[in-house]
Amino acid sequence: MTVDGRGAGMRVSLFATCVVDTMAPRAAWATARLLERLGQSVTVPAGQTCCGQMHVNSGYRGQAVRVVANHVRAFEGADAVVAPSGSCVASIRHQQAMVARRAGDEGLARAAEELASRTYELSQFLVDVLGVEDVGASYPHRVTYHPACHGARVLGLGDRQLRLLRAVRGLELVELPGADQCCGFGGTFALKNADTSAAMLSDKLASIVSTRAEVCTAGDASCLMHIGGGLSRLRAATGTVHLAEILAATDDAKEAAT
Amino acid sequence: MSRTFLGMPGIPHGTGDLGGEEPFPRSAARHLADHQMRANLAGATGTIRAKRASVVSELPDWEQLRESGRAVKEATMARLDEHLVELERRVTERGGTVHWARDATEANRIVTDLVRATGAEEVVKVKSMATQEIGLNEALEEAGVTAWETDLAELIVQLGDDRPSHILVPAIHRNRAEIRRIFLETMPGVDPGLTDDPRQLAMAARAYLRQRFLRARVAVSGANFAVAETGTLAVVESEGNGRMCLTLPDTLITVMGIEKTVPTWRDLEVFLQTLPRSSTGERMNPYTSTWTGVTPGDGPREFHLVLLDNGRTAALADPTGRQALHCIRCSACLNVCPVYERTGGHAYGSVYPGPIGAVLSPQLTGVAANPSLPYASTLCGACYEVCPVAIDIPSILVELRNQQVESGRKPSAERAAFGAVAQLMSRPRLWRSAQRLTRLGRLLARGRATLPAALPPPLSRWTRTRDLPAPPRETFTERWARERGDRA
Ligand code: SF4
Repeated sequence: MTVDGRGAGMRVSLFATCVVDTMAPRAAWATARLLERLGQSVTVPAGQTCCGQMHVNSGYRGQAVRVVANHVRAFEGADAVVAPSGSCVASIRHQQAMVARRAGDEGLARAAEELASRTYELSQFLVDVLGVEDVGASYPHRVTYHPACHGARVLGLGDRQLRLLRAVRGLELVELPGADQCCGFGGTFALKNADTSAAMLSDKLASIVSTRAEVCTAGDASCLMHIGGGLSRLRAATGTVHLAEILAATDDAKEAAT
Repeated sequence: MSRTFLGMPGIPHGTGDLGGEEPFPRSAARHLADHQMRANLAGATGTIRAKRASVVSELPDWEQLRESGRAVKEATMARLDEHLVELERRVTERGGTVHWARDATEANRIVTDLVRATGAEEVVKVKSMATQEIGLNEALEEAGVTAWETDLAELIVQLGDDRPSHILVPAIHRNRAEIRRIFLETMPGVDPGLTDDPRQLAMAARAYLRQRFLRARVAVSGANFAVAETGTLAVVESEGNGRMCLTLPDTLITVMGIEKTVPTWRDLEVFLQTLPRSSTGERMNPYTSTWTGVTPGDGPREFHLVLLDNGRTAALADPTGRQALHCIRCSACLNVCPVYERTGGHAYGSVYPGPIGAVLSPQLTGVAANPSLPYASTLCGACYEVCPVAIDIPSILVELRNQQVESGRKPSAERAAFGAVAQLMSRPRLWRSAQRLTRLGRLLARGRATLPAALPPPLSRWTRTRDLPAPPRETFTERWARERGDRA
């Protein structure tokens, strides 16, 4: 980190991620609002697209190189990059440099490593960099939490997201049975192995429904899209909301239409 | 040009019971429909997961042990050729005979010839993945030799004319009632009043097996470890059947993958702690048998060690994939795998199912012969987390997917799509236009929050069981540029 510790006035570059930007923009707005509320100045570099994970994990590492190069270019010079996704940050930290290196581009690999060291998943940034757990949010709902796999296992987020949720006023947190079980999304796995994916999802949905929560939250929009798609097909009473939206919610500014 | 590793030309791949006949998605779909199997497996893996977690959490130095295990294996693999030569020398010095088998066919021929030379018409077997891999029982049967499995779960599979579905508990897909039925139908002389009480079932198997132990003249085993410095073989087990097979017969034939070698006794210190805790969830396994060559007047008078390659050298040549050879076959990764738990082991088509099977099988056979297994995972990482030798299975899966894609010569719709998307994602302005196009989906949604379920493939594979949200009116970056417009 080149920024001074837990200070205010950091220039934070928001990486919305391709999924959030295109399909779940509310999570990105919530991230921006939350960071600004905590005194950060937020920029959204216009050149951003995707971290390249989808290509790498589907076997198209060669094609991913240019996506990684674009990402590194887009965030060049950022003090800190924050993304509302454990999975994308895991890919930035653990795949991007490897992708460049395997393509023989050592310069890009170094730049990617350097950028990765300044890139944080939202809860990492809040807890580790800003040193806050109570972000002043209020969300009077019964909520259950799914610790998405890449954040939990690749990034090692531990209980950071849970700690943030526990500090939210009015929020009733209900433990999700079998929380550490994958929801069955897995990117193209959901299409290539649709039957197995659906079998995994149906167990996850049963656990969620058993909590009788109003909302199931997680730190990854893609897993939530999978879970949410299943809940909606079941016409279940539980909906999905990204962690950032809960943390951004306050008494006076309830989740607005953004 | 990417420097992708595509297998070293000239190093032969493995043959045998390693899958590849039916694509995983198709066989998985078939097995997912077997609700009895799924219930049995969910129960069994749930129990063993909890046991493992509890005995692992007792060890304050678990992570260090894991790292030591990984380091020992990595160092061993780097000089495997030297360790193997030393192993051969030591085994020979102590009166054993070492045979080298390039692949399954060669290994089967060696073992069959050895058994024939003794004149025996049957052998007793200690549970062994290597002999499963090469299909030894079938090869022996063709030569008129009957192989009796003596591990309880392996016996259940053999009597039931079934296939193993787990590397440690081959009959994990069966429940007590099914086992009772198999025994009643196939076990000669079994008490017709047999119940499904575990103790009764075990006693029935015991009585049946005891006759075979006592009359067997030849035993075939695998090995968990071979210590190069002394030429000592080791088998770790729970039932005592191994001890019987390793000591009673005149001739002992051990078939072992070359990667089971460790340089020194000292190295066993780590694995004998991590293996039982990871596999059966025990602090220590009941029987650890070690033997070195032959000892006059004690145990087998003849000892043969068959060192099996069967694609291992090819796997060793892959810098990312070679860590799959570090596997000590504890089965912890199977027990935590959400895919394995639902599809069962048979869906993988290989004797090595689950996460380790999804990387090991295609490496042994070459990815081209097993193209769907590297995709049989969500990359959730549960396997890596529990592996006692810290094999980064998700990274190997990703590497194998890459090899699979790069080895494909034919242009495919998928390849074209990924290429086009990569182009767009590396040109932000084009990407923004493409994002705007997704908004056309709103037309399909007709004001509803989700798209209709009847979409064309591949999207139908999603919408068959899950809704897809209608794309929002405006992307985040677009609206941010409009409202906040910093440089955007
Ligand atoms: S890969 Fe690791 S966890 Fe899986 S069986 Fe082998 S040693 Fe055990």
